[in-house]
Amino acid sequence: MKPRDLVSEALAGVLARPARALLTVLGTVLGIAALVATLGISKTAGNQIVGRFEALAATEVVAQPAGADQPGATTVNAVLPWDSEARLRRLNGVRSAGTLSSVDLGGDLVRGAPVEDPTQPAERSISVRSASPGLFAAVKAHASQGRFFDAGNDARADRVAVIGAAVAAKLNIGQLEDQPAIWIGETLYSVIGIIDDTARVPELLGSIVIPDGTARDRYALTAPAAVHVDTVIGAASLIAKQAPLALAPNDPSLVRAATAGEPRKVKGEVASDVNTLFLILGGVSLLVGAIGIANVTLVSVMERVGEIGLRRALGAQRRHIAVQFLAESGLLGLLGGMVGASLGILVVVGVAISRTWTPVLDPWLPFAAPLVGAAVGLASGLYPAGRAASLQPVDALRGGT
Amino acid sequence: MPDPVVELTDVWRTYDTEPPVHALRGVHLRVCPGEHVAVVGPSGSGKSTLLNVLGCLDRPTEGTYRLDGVDTATLSDRQLATLRGRRIGFVFQAFHLLAHRTVAENVMLGELYTGLPRAGRRQRALDALERVGLAHRVDFVPTRLSGGERQRVAIARALVGEPSLLLADEPTGNLDTRTTDSILALVDKLRDEGLTVIVITHDAHVSEHARRVVQIVDGELR
Repeated sequence: MKPRDLVSEALAGVLARPARALLTVLGTVLGIAALVATLGISKTAGNQIVGRFEALAATEVVAQPAGADQPGATTVNAVLPWDSEARLRRLNGVRSAGTLSSVDLGGDLVRGAPVEDPTQPAERSISVRSASPGLFAAVKAHASQGRFFDAGNDARADRVAVIGAAVAAKLNIGQLEDQPAIWIGETLYSVIGIIDDTARVPELLGSIVIPDGTARDRYALTAPAAVHVDTVIGAASLIAKQAPLALAPNDPSLVRAATAGEPRKVKGEVASDVNTLFLILGGVSLLVGAIGIANVTLVSVMERVGEIGLRRALGAQRRHIAVQFLAESGLLGLLGGMVGASLGILVVVGVAISRTWTPVLDPWLPFAAPLVGAAVGLASGLYPAGRAASLQPVDALRGGT
Repeated sequence: MPDPVVELTDVWRTYDTEPPVHALRGVHLRVCPGEHVAVVGPSGSGKSTLLNVLGCLDRPTEGTYRLDGVDTATLSDRQLATLRGRRIGFVFQAFHLLAHRTVAENVMLGELYTGLPRAGRRQRALDALERVGLAHRVDFVPTRLSGGERQRVAIARALVGEPSLLLADEPTGNLDTRTTDSILALVDKLRDEGLTVIVITHDAHVSEHARRVVQIVDGELR
């Protein structure tokens, strides 16, 4: 018996009762659809999160002296030059760069100038940082009021400060039209801007930022602690390689430049949490589908005893009978898998549309799903096919019409 | 004398029941090419057992059965299946047509397991239908045919693959008298074209058409 004969006999056997075939594969359809939809939706959702994460992460580089991020490293080695910003801006792919350092106030406290509130402590310990003018663009800071300091403020060591929104609230600073000022130690600083949002260094919201030049002048800051860089999309890893050379040409190994954390991991965690339940559900309906196919194939073997006898009389061997029933159940499974995969993909696309997401599918999924269906069909056909093949031709001919 | 198509030598068929049933007791039968033999006997006489042995659907417990000179006892189950596919054309009382397939497809089924090439299969089926006078019913489904037409389809199915032996089991048992006559006339015509025919029946009207009639009683031929 040739393969083409086998396929056409199996097809004819399945199509003899199309309505029954459809009902038979319903369980498989639902199971495969659930599996495909679950895998597709989690992949789509995962990619959505990664997409948002990556737009931010793929453009961020932070350069620090090597070893600065080790626990216990308190002193900042004088590695990064004061003109880090200018050096990095020369690199192709850098949109903005700026230094950021913590300023050691030597015990000085911070006071707000305009209003003395007796219920609040007058002096506070607030972190003060120094930055080069390009930093604000590099960390994507947004000023709700006023402006950031510029290169002139930096060069003249002006006593100006940009404060985070949280600091402004603590010090009762509302409107910049009032020309507020704050005391750091015994020195008065004009507040020229308030930061209400920053995508990359949220600590700035609770800090006072003064120009590098001012910090060097007043607090003897020896070198910048870190350089933050904003690159064009896709250039982050290149800049991370070039930055050490630009910042410390004599010994690039002294500088460590890092891109933001590995986003792929995040995706994995999101996917595994969401899916387990639905994968189990899909598996259960697939099992039910397999039992359905096994059941109907068994009934069909009983109904077709006469046909089995006839085929044996026409020269069919046991294996021909077994293979034919296996092919029929496998075909049912394959059909169920194809319909199920299509339904599952429609669900994925539907969900993606309703959330304005981009639907994402593993390319192997639409091909693997029908194969899984066929495997389920074959497995459920094993027992009925064995029963059919074990019938004696004499009994089978007598048994049916 | 030509080599026989069928040669049964002292064939016994015993069923391992308690007590054992001897359905065939030392049957000798030689059927030569072109012969038309009727096996007649009452029910329970061993007719069906003889048919099953002749059709290679069952094996003798003792004795030898040569079909076209091939000793069937030496064949495996698979070889036996292939042998009956190629050498024997079956016609059953109940027709055994597949209800969901067309007449042509039912006839084509006759050579599905014979190893004949796919090419020309439909043409061979059409030729066989032509021989039984059903060329005008090719694309009908069996449920729309009369009983006589259905049996003609079954005969056409038995004819494809050019069997050595047409084995008919009560071929007219489900048919009325007029249709019976036309089917018997068809069988006579096929015999006259050179086909070897064995008909198993309890109907005297059917056996009248045969050139030789053998009686089977209690598992023995008379």
